[in-house]
Amino acid sequence: MSEQLTTVDGRPLKQALASAERTKRIRAVLLVMPLFIFIFVSFLYPIALMLYRSVENPLIAQHMPKTLATLEDWDGESIPDEETFAALAQDLVKARESREIGKVATRLNFETPGLRSVITGSARSAGRWEPPYKEKFLDRRKEWGELETWATIKRLGPTITTVNYLAAVDRQYNVDGEVVMVGEDYRIYVDLFMRTLWMSVVVTVSCLILGFPIAYMLASLPLRHSNLLMILVLLPFWTSLLVRTTSWIVLLQTQGVLNDLMVWSGIIDDAQRIQLIFNAQGTVIAMTQILLPFMVLPLYSVMKTIPPSYLRAAESLGAHRFLAFWRIYVPNTLPGVGAGCLLVFILAIGYYITPALVGGQDGQMISNMIAFHMQKSLNWGLAAALGGILLVGVIILYWLYNKLVGIDRLKLG
Amino acid sequence: MIARKRAAHRLTGMAQGGMTENNDPLVRFENVQKSYDGETLVVKDLNLDVAQGEFLTMLGPSGSGKTTCLMMLAGFEPATHGEIYLDSAPINNVPPHKRGIGMVFQNYALFPHMTVAENLAFPLEVRKTPKSEIEERVKKALDMVQLGTFGNRRPAQLSGGQQQRVAVARALVFDPVLVLMDEPLGALDKQLREQMQYEIKHIHENLGVTVVYVTHDQSEALTMSNRVAVFNDGVIQQLAAPNVLYERPDNAFVAQFIGENNTLVGEIKEVNGDNAVVDVNGSMITALNVNTGGVGSKTTLSIRPERVSVNPSNEGDYQNVFKATVEELIYLGDHIRTRASVCGDDEFVVKIANASALSAINEGTEVTFGWKAEDCRALDA
Repeated sequence: MSEQLTTVDGRPLKQALASAERTKRIRAVLLVMPLFIFIFVSFLYPIALMLYRSVENPLIAQHMPKTLATLEDWDGESIPDEETFAALAQDLVKARESREIGKVATRLNFETPGLRSVITGSARSAGRWEPPYKEKFLDRRKEWGELETWATIKRLGPTITTVNYLAAVDRQYNVDGEVVMVGEDYRIYVDLFMRTLWMSVVVTVSCLILGFPIAYMLASLPLRHSNLLMILVLLPFWTSLLVRTTSWIVLLQTQGVLNDLMVWSGIIDDAQRIQLIFNAQGTVIAMTQILLPFMVLPLYSVMKTIPPSYLRAAESLGAHRFLAFWRIYVPNTLPGVGAGCLLVFILAIGYYITPALVGGQDGQMISNMIAFHMQKSLNWGLAAALGGILLVGVIILYWLYNKLVGIDRLKLG
Repeated sequence: MIARKRAAHRLTGMAQGGMTENNDPLVRFENVQKSYDGETLVVKDLNLDVAQGEFLTMLGPSGSGKTTCLMMLAGFEPATHGEIYLDSAPINNVPPHKRGIGMVFQNYALFPHMTVAENLAFPLEVRKTPKSEIEERVKKALDMVQLGTFGNRRPAQLSGGQQQRVAVARALVFDPVLVLMDEPLGALDKQLREQMQYEIKHIHENLGVTVVYVTHDQSEALTMSNRVAVFNDGVIQQLAAPNVLYERPDNAFVAQFIGENNTLVGEIKEVNGDNAVVDVNGSMITALNVNTGGVGSKTTLSIRPERVSVNPSNEGDYQNVFKATVEELIYLGDHIRTRASVCGDDEFVVKIANASALSAINEGTEVTFGWKAEDCRALDA
C-alpha cells in the first residue's frame, strides 16, 4: 500500500470523511428509529415471544417439584413407590391451595386426555388423606396405576419441551419415550396442514389464471380506460372483508342467487341445489376473490414495463401472435408471476376470517385451529407451535423463491 | 411468405443478382390513407414506390405520419384506405409474421431473457430452420456486425451501440427482402450515431437488401439514403435524392427542414422567363421562379448560407447585391456563422470561411452580400 492519504491540514482522509458524513448518518438513523421501534414492539418481539411459548413449559416444574424429584430415577417400567405418591400428595395439596391446580390439570390433559379429572379429583381428596398414600390414590383413580400417567408427568417436567411441536404434527412420546403417532382419532393437524397447503395452492393458481388476463389488459389499454379498470380491481380493497365474505354467502348458499338462477334456468332441479358454500369450495372461491388484487398488482407493474415493441419485434421476425406471446411476453412477466404467487400463497396459507365464516366443516384451515387453541382450549403452547411451523414454512418458501428467481427480481408494484 | 420466396441466401452468400431485371417496385403504396380517430387523417393519400435494393428514408418532424407509414408496411397498423403492395402482391390482409419483413425498432426491442445468439436464432427457429443451419447463420450474422464473440451475452450486458448492431443483425439473419428501421439510432450519442450510419449503409450496399428507414434527423437521411421522402402533415412534400433535396427544394417546408436556410418573404412583381423579381421590404430581388402563384402572389425566397458571397470582388457576377449590417458573429472553428440584417430581415445567416482576410469583420460592420438568382429559389408562401 502507498502511504495514507491525508487532507490538506494533515488529518487522515478516512477520518475526515467519517466525521463529515457523521451528521448525515445520525439523521438517517433517527429517521428510521420510530419505524424500527414500532416493528420491534409490534412484530419482532411478539414473534419471538410466540416462538418461546411454543417450547416453554413452566407449569409442571413449578407446581409438582417434589413429584418430579422422586421421578428422576424412575425406571418407567413399574408403578412408582410410596415415596413418589407421598410427594404427589404434597404437590397436589399445595397446588390446590394456591388455586393453580386447574392449570396443571389442563396442561396434563392436553398431553393425555382424561387426566384433568384425575388430577383435580385426587387433589381434592388428597387433603384429607393420611399416609400411606399409594393405596388411596390407586383406589381413587385407576389411572394412577397406569405407566402412561407417570410418563406424562415426567415428560412435562423439563421447562423446555418439544411436546408442542410433536403434537402439532400429530405425534407424541409413548411410555418408553419414543416418538409415535397419536391415536387414529386424534390425528388432525397433519391433514389440516396438507389441506391448508392444498387450498392455498388452488387459490394461488386460480388467482394467477384470473389475474393474468386482467393485468395484461390493464397494461395494454390506454391510461384513460385502464384507470377505470384499475378502480374495479381495487374496489374490493376498499370494501370491508366481512362485507365481501358475507356477500359470497348471499350468492352461493343453497337458497342463494346462483342456485336460484340455475334452478330457474333449468340447469339443476330444485331438489338438487348444490352446496357451494360452507365447505372447502366456498372458501376457495371467496379467498380467490379477496386475494386477486395481490396477484394483479405485481403482475401489472411488471407488465407495464414490458415495451409493446417486444411483441411487435417477435411478430416481425415471423412468430405468430400466440407464439410471440408465449415465447417473448410470458417469460418477461415471470418476476411479477413469482411475486404475485408468493404474496397470494403466503397470505392464503395464514388466512383466518374467510375460512372461519364460509369454511363450514371441511373448509377450515390451520389458522382456524390456531385461533381455536388461542381462544377456546387455551393451549397457547400448541397454538404457538402450529404458528411456528407455519412461519418456518413461509420462510422456506421465501428462501426457495430467492434461490430460484432471486428476491431482487421481486416486484410488488 | 411472399417475401421469403425471393430471399436468396444473401447472408450465406449463395446466390446474388437477379435484381436488375426486375423493374417492378418492391413496395408500392397506392392512395393510402390512415386515420386513428375517424376525424383527422394522419396520412393523406400516400403514393410511393420503393425500388428493389433501394435505401429510402422517410424524413419528417414528429407527427408527420412517417412512422405510421412504416407501421402500415410492417403490418402493425391497418391502412384506413388504399392498398400496399409488396412484390406486386397486396398485403393489407397479410398478418405481420407472414410478411417476411425485417424490422429494427427504436429501442432495439431485443428480448432481455434471451442471449444475443438466442435473439438471433429466434426468427430462424420459428421458421423451423434446421439446428445446424441456425448455428451457422447466427454466427455469420454476428460476424457481419463484428460481434462474433458476444453470442452468449445478454442484451443488458451490451453497450447501446452493440445492442443496435444485434438488432440490425437480427432483422437481417432470416434474409428478408425488405428491412424497416424506425429511428434506430435515436438513442445513441452523436459520435456512435455517425459510425453506425456508415455501418448500416455498408451493410445495405453489401447485401443489396431494400431498406425503408424512418428518421427525423435530416443529416442522417442525407448521409445514408438513395432517396428521401420528406413528410409533413401526412403528405410527402418531396421525394428525391439527397443532393436534389438540398439544392433544389420544391417548397418552403423542404427548404427549411433540410439544412440551414435563409428565408425572405416577399411579393412577386414580375416574371421574366425562369426568373422572378420579388419585392422584399422594398428591395427588389431576382430569384429562380420554382413554385409560385405568379405575379402579385406571396412567395418565400430560400437562399443557402454558403451560397452568399460576402464583399464579392466581382459584383457583376451576382444578380443580387445588397448592403448588410453584421449583427452577430459565432465562432465555429472552420467557419464563422454570421448573422446580419439585409433587406429588412435581421435573421439572415451566412457562413464565412475562417480565413485571415475576413478577420476585419466585426459586429456592426457594414458589408456587401451578393448571390446569384439561380441560388435563390422562389417557393410557395
